[in-house]
Amino acid sequence: MKNNRIPFLYMACLLLVGVLMAAMPAIDNPGYQVGDTARDFTLKNVDGKMISMADYKDAKGFIVTFTCNTCPYSVAYEDRLIELHNKYAPQGYPIIAINPNDVKVSPKDSYKDMQVRAKEKNFPFPYVYDETQEITRAYGATRTPHLYVVQKQKDGSFKVAYIGTIDDNSREPEKVQKKYAEAALDELVAGKAVSQPNTKAIGCTIKWREA
Amino acid sequence: MTIYLRQLILLLALGLLTSTATLAQEVSTIKFDQLQELRQSPHDTLYVVNFWATWCKPCIKEMPYFEAAHAQYKDQPVRVILVSMDAVQDMEKRVMPFVQKRNLQSRLYLLDEPDGNTWIDRIEPKWSGAIPATMFFNNKRGQYEFIEREISEQELQELITKYKP
Repeated sequence: MKNNRIPFLYMACLLLVGVLMAAMPAIDNPGYQVGDTARDFTLKNVDGKMISMADYKDAKGFIVTFTCNTCPYSVAYEDRLIELHNKYAPQGYPIIAINPNDVKVSPKDSYKDMQVRAKEKNFPFPYVYDETQEITRAYGATRTPHLYVVQKQKDGSFKVAYIGTIDDNSREPEKVQKKYAEAALDELVAGKAVSQPNTKAIGCTIKWREA
Repeated sequence: MTIYLRQLILLLALGLLTSTATLAQEVSTIKFDQLQELRQSPHDTLYVVNFWATWCKPCIKEMPYFEAAHAQYKDQPVRVILVSMDAVQDMEKRVMPFVQKRNLQSRLYLLDEPDGNTWIDRIEPKWSGAIPATMFFNNKRGQYEFIEREISEQELQELITKYKP
């Protein structure tokens, strides 16, 4: 009898740990670090089509950008995102923009509003909706805009090469001195290691679905 | 006649001064070094430093909680400080009108450092850069807590009660 009790307690402890871990908010999940393998996704674009990274046979990688309609920082960077795409898509690194925001918390980030904004700005890249926020959590995005540059590997997987911001001045594009994302992309295109693979900027919190 | 006029102007000026004194706080523009200095403040005081911006909805939602805490702990060693992440160019047109409209009474700073990458890690490596974010610290007692998300009124009150000297 006594001997049976210990394994039972042990099992109970394990079970408790499991339950606690499952109950922990996903916000504690740090998401991807540079060097990690990023998962692919299938998300609905503003034109109604489903988009996956695997669809782009010729891409060398992607600039996966978490952004939205409502964050003033995202809006301030829209034109620069278009420029970034137009410069790097021909070099093998197109943008896929993902709206991570919950529509109940942020009504102006609805799929319909995304369609309106994409049309107004004539986005040359897909603007997809992560309605369940599963991809946003997996990547560990916390703010908008938040960039993940991923590089396609020989086996078809995607390795995270850069996480961070676009440049050093959201408010005044004409005063930008350091183009962080471009520097990383130039290095990748040249087959070099990214010398500054992590950068930070102030941004809007992602509007997580309320439980 | 001119003497009366002068006195009248003086009186008017005085009236203006005293009336503005009861209005909202001024916003001081600071650079990173001053923020760092504040972070390293050696006093036996609980500092509650909230990072916000006029364009940040969740920040504006939680702002009344900080204002209430400021009023509640005015006479205790608790300092509520609101640090705006707005661009310095938006001071006159956005920040000041916002501060006056809401009659903000907490200590107000605007951090004039457009390149977050140069300073975010230096103040808190765990911070991804999303706002709202709030830090609680009392350096004399070696206490520190950082929260990168919206805070509830209850949570704010609990943290202040937990740390206030």
